[in-house]
Amino acid sequence: MTGNGRAPRLAVFGAGVMGVGIATLAVARGVAVTLVDVDRARLDTARARLRHELRLAQMMGALSPGGAIGDLRLADAATAAADATWVIEAVTELAGLKADVHKEIAAVVAPGTLRVTNTSSIPVDELAGQVPSPEDLVGIHFMNPPYLIGTLEIVRGPRTGERAMSAVRDLLSTLDRRGIVVGDGPGFVTSRLLHRMINDAANLVEEGRASVEDVDALMEGCLGHPTGPLRTADLIGIDNLVDSLWVLHERTGDEGCRPGELLLRKVAEGEHGRKTGRGFYRYGAS
Amino acid sequence: MTESTTRSTADSTTFEPADPTADLPVAAIEDRIGAFLEAKTKATWEREVDLFASGAVSSLFAMELVVFVESTFGIAVEGPDLALDNFRTLRSMSALVIRLRGGGDDA
Repeated sequence: MTGNGRAPRLAVFGAGVMGVGIATLAVARGVAVTLVDVDRARLDTARARLRHELRLAQMMGALSPGGAIGDLRLADAATAAADATWVIEAVTELAGLKADVHKEIAAVVAPGTLRVTNTSSIPVDELAGQVPSPEDLVGIHFMNPPYLIGTLEIVRGPRTGERAMSAVRDLLSTLDRRGIVVGDGPGFVTSRLLHRMINDAANLVEEGRASVEDVDALMEGCLGHPTGPLRTADLIGIDNLVDSLWVLHERTGDEGCRPGELLLRKVAEGEHGRKTGRGFYRYGAS
Repeated sequence: MTESTTRSTADSTTFEPADPTADLPVAAIEDRIGAFLEAKTKATWEREVDLFASGAVSSLFAMELVVFVESTFGIAVEGPDLALDNFRTLRSMSALVIRLRGGGDDA
């Protein structure tokens, strides 16, 4: 693992839906991964969840042509990321938590190592103001599932350096993803447009103007949206969506981003979408 | 595909695993998978219709289908068999089930 010409290794912090999805993408491209989570219970199920996602990746032809699967190492402490070539943080969308994790990451990696925050909404520069060597910090907004969606947002903060941008290009080339660089700011491009629309879609259902299926069918059939906003909400995770809407609302004052009653009720009732088997729709074998 | 929480007909639909030793005819396999698809998509499916080309189900539904077929018929779909082409139609799924249950000509 050390010495000349050692193979690259990606460290991923957070073994939730996005962390496991990103780890799946990497091992599917033959890249070794260290997946770090302080929650022992979540870590214990991570390997099985990754295996399930790899099967889907295989089924959809998303494995690398050579077929080699990268090594997966699980760890419950940041020190395991010391030998990482790149680090991606994918913890819950809470600014304070992300800052704490990034301080830990910066303390263990080699100087100059790329540190990525995977976020749908939180401005990169907010985080940059709280961590050492902010020039090594870049935002990426991966879409779920990362191994099936080939395009993503890269967020260059005002303090992000050229070395980090170059490392991001290397990383995305290795992962065979297409990155589009956008400016910093709440929700970047995709979440600023999408989250507000999903919020309104849920409000239309709450008002009784149309059913869940009909809202999605109209957006699919009339406007060419591939999955419909509410099925997309189930895929994002309604809890994450609400977290992101609050991030947007707090930073922009846009009332269109205040999470609607139906979304809040779904979160309170544990109907978080695909990952819990139920959201606007039902999933699984029952 | 998915089922809306505003409808609940599939709540009462249960899917019992098939006896792994029983000899299942093609029609029985296809009926069982067809019932699952109908509960999920609110539509009936002809045996040769491509589910994924129809646009009625998403690629993410593919894994739900794999897990259902594995658990219902007591098989494990692995390696090259884990391909979308094996799950496109009721006919292709029944052929896979029969082969993996040892009834195929490559057994």
